Amino acid sequence: MEREGTFWLPPQSSTTAHEVDALFYFILVMSVIIQVGVTYYLVKFAWKYRRRSHADRPVDVHPSKWLEISWVVVPTLLVFVVFFWGFKAFVSAGIAPDNAYQIHVVGKKWLWEFEYPDGTTSVGDLYVPVGEPIELIMTSTDVLHSFYVPEFRVKHDAIPNRYTTIWFEVKEEGEYQVLCTEYCGTAHSEMYAKVHAVDRGTFNDWLRTGGGNDNLPLNQLGELLYTKQACNNCHSVDGSSGIGPSWQGLWQAARPGSDEGVADANYIRTSIVNPNAYIVEGYQGAMPAYPNLTDRELNGLVAYIRDINGAWTAADSAAANDSTVVPADTLDVPTPDGDAELAPAD
Amino acid sequence: MSTTTAAAPVRTQSAPAPKHPPGHEPVHNYLLEPGPSPDVRGLARVWPTVKAWVTTVDHKRIGVMYLFAVSFFFAVAGIAALLVRAELMNPGSDFLTADEYNRMFTLHGVMMVFLFIVPSIPGSLGNFVLPIMLGVKDVAFPKLNLASFYVFIAGASIAVYAILSGGIDTGWTFYTPYSDETNTAVLPMTMAVFVAGFASILTGINFIVTIHKMRAPGLTWNRLPLFIWALYAVSIVQVLATPVVGITMILLAMERLLNIGIFDPALGGDPVLFQHFFWFYSHPAVYIMILPAFGVISELMGTFSRQKVFGYRAIALSSVAIAMLGFLVWGHHMFVSGQSPLSSIVFSLITFLIGVPSGIKVLNWVWTMYRGSVWLTTPMLYALSFLFLFTIGGLTGIMVGTLAVDVHLHDTYFVVAHFHYVMMGGTVMAMIGGLFYWWPKMFGRMMSETWGRISAGVVFFGFNMTFFTQFILGSQGMPRRYFTYLPEYHDLHQVSTIGSWFLGLGLLLVLGNMIWSLFKGKPAPGNPWGAATLEWTHATSPPDHHNFHRTPLVTHGPYDYGVLFSGDGYSGDGAGGDGSGGDGSRGPAPIPNPELGAPQEMEKSIDLGLAQPKPSRD
Repeated sequence: MEREGTFWLPPQSSTTAHEVDALFYFILVMSVIIQVGVTYYLVKFAWKYRRRSHADRPVDVHPSKWLEISWVVVPTLLVFVVFFWGFKAFVSAGIAPDNAYQIHVVGKKWLWEFEYPDGTTSVGDLYVPVGEPIELIMTSTDVLHSFYVPEFRVKHDAIPNRYTTIWFEVKEEGEYQVLCTEYCGTAHSEMYAKVHAVDRGTFNDWLRTGGGNDNLPLNQLGELLYTKQACNNCHSVDGSSGIGPSWQGLWQAARPGSDEGVADANYIRTSIVNPNAYIVEGYQGAMPAYPNLTDRELNGLVAYIRDINGAWTAADSAAANDSTVVPADTLDVPTPDGDAELAPAD
Repeated sequence: MSTTTAAAPVRTQSAPAPKHPPGHEPVHNYLLEPGPSPDVRGLARVWPTVKAWVTTVDHKRIGVMYLFAVSFFFAVAGIAALLVRAELMNPGSDFLTADEYNRMFTLHGVMMVFLFIVPSIPGSLGNFVLPIMLGVKDVAFPKLNLASFYVFIAGASIAVYAILSGGIDTGWTFYTPYSDETNTAVLPMTMAVFVAGFASILTGINFIVTIHKMRAPGLTWNRLPLFIWALYAVSIVQVLATPVVGITMILLAMERLLNIGIFDPALGGDPVLFQHFFWFYSHPAVYIMILPAFGVISELMGTFSRQKVFGYRAIALSSVAIAMLGFLVWGHHMFVSGQSPLSSIVFSLITFLIGVPSGIKVLNWVWTMYRGSVWLTTPMLYALSFLFLFTIGGLTGIMVGTLAVDVHLHDTYFVVAHFHYVMMGGTVMAMIGGLFYWWPKMFGRMMSETWGRISAGVVFFGFNMTFFTQFILGSQGMPRRYFTYLPEYHDLHQVSTIGSWFLGLGLLLVLGNMIWSLFKGKPAPGNPWGAATLEWTHATSPPDHHNFHRTPLVTHGPYDYGVLFSGDGYSGDGAGGDGSGGDGSRGPAPIPNPELGAPQEMEKSIDLGLAQPKPSRD
């Protein structure tokens, strides 16, 4: 079935969307009727009783009690109808079914990170099974964000130090756009993510492979991660400057203050797991830490950076497994705030 | 004592040529007196004139200074809006970076809200008209009034400093924790809001006391012009709500300066608490913004329909009802913010209740034209624009006040369009209409009627083109405060941007018309529109320094236009509760020629021996 939006609203892709839309259209029709009525009388009176001469005489009008009472009572009744309808839909959309599949969501500048019950994590891509209620348990590690999928008609703020939830059930397979709707700074308008609604089998396969990129060559894995982990929100690969330094020209660039003084594999790896270790001149330390990447993924990113800087050959691919980067556990990786327990106030 | 003899022992300022219509010559022009004497010429006039203006306690001059100040900020914030729209012509960066864009829309929002729209109508039209409407020489606390203007300028200066020192990128709502950690000029800007808030409070106190204690003899509560009722309701809100935003800004500043954890979760604070504090002021504030406009529209609909405002009492009391209920709906800004669902439900219900009085007002205004004699002048065209646009704004308010629908629409362009229909389609339209209406009274010159009508048409068209598209953008899911956007929204953004140019052009026409009239406009009679409130019936155009030479005696309701033309207009002591004075209002209300003016009622006054104004010290 083709997803069809209307003039006013995007397609209804979740099971609760039609309730919201029905109410939207009810209010819309009522509003149009009232607006047309008001405009009709506005124009009619302005035209019919317009001045015709300087000596025009208006007729004295006695206020009509019934007229005045009617336009108090009728709107009041209408808004009560709308209120109760909105209230019902709000409550039903607000409470997730008991059997909902729970996924943890972390919003941070400027990406969405998803963690599945089995420990699989992904960034910028939320895979969900079609036809099952999904509950998102959301929080933020820095400022307010707001998780919004127009086609599902769901939205809720992600707040630091607090969990908020939304739930939805996708009706059909496809990709759906996630937007951030709570202003969060520079890349607020590019804090995109995609919901991939797939059938249960595909979803299970995806989970089992931890995101399904086990057998890619390292540089291609890095290229995939570049968008998947939302690196592209801040780092370009064509030399143009963004929130962070471009990756073009990064490999072996002078980096005063680091161990070797240049951007080598260790430098890049440290910069990913602990971004505040080295701050490049002219940039602010806005990058969140990525402690959850596997060694292979880190190697992939290093390989990709070498690749786009022309320092990667097929021989490297073969030798990639003997790479000389430091194992992750010897690095001093800080715990990001979002995962910290609430410390009692001193 | 006739008011036209020049035998007074003070300098008389002859009216500017060409002469005002006979019987409407101003005696003392507040724009020139107190000030240098007419025989001081050239540059020597500058310093005494400036000194007379900056030390004045005359509510009319303060109103004029407010008018220029808020117009300036409206222009600056309007240019920012045009730049924001131009940047949105295409996705990605056209001529602003993301950070510059964020500063730009914040500049637009903060300036429009705190430096333009909150002080706009009360500060300019309110200060000028309110005392004359009440038949008083000045507000209750003239010096406090001048202080309010200087406090406003101080706040505005801090805001300008904040913008020049790098700007601020939080949006006008300053939501924490973003405003805690951004390294832009949050501190000066919050202080600017804090300081400017006091101007609001002082104006409110002044109006409340003046309305309660200083009305002219015969001006009962049931004969108060509806503009006064609206300003009264606004003043109550200003006095009660503004301190909250001041305190909120202080708390935010303390958090940034001293790391006291109030809102910042990193310090153990609660970011949602900030939203409660902020909207506890800022929702009443939107009624501070719209209620004065309601008052202006009441005056316009009455005068230009030549008919008593329909349902006078309903309009008067609904202003007060809106002011009161306005304090109880702040949570409807927070349906998806993490406040408890129960709170959301209660706030949604009260939000709908507040929609009803607004609806009653609109229907009453439309019915005011019924069997009237509608006079389609420029102010009336703006009033009719207001009715059309504000109704859309109000109905979409029901849409976003509905719980389930708001979850989809919150923080999208739908909300942006909704509040622009209310704020700009409402308040700004009413303010321009009110300016066209009171301009002859303020400056003694008529504006160009032809160009006024053209501007009304262009503004109306441009406004709808700019903002109606944003309803569709928003319901399709385009979020607010986006520097770039997905390709599917491109077409509507382009339409909206082109519309903003028409809107800007229309507003430029208004500005040009005002400047033109100051130099070339025809001299205005005392009562060009044949209106029946005191500023038209008992004061010259422009008014004297002391407004009246004798205390006006009010003998009829504010909308009894027939009385002016039927000679003896004493209508007994009727207080029918409908804004009329009773039987005296039954009479024809012909439409005057604005260049010749309608009869005034200078003779209906009480001579307290004040016919001769004392010579004023320079």
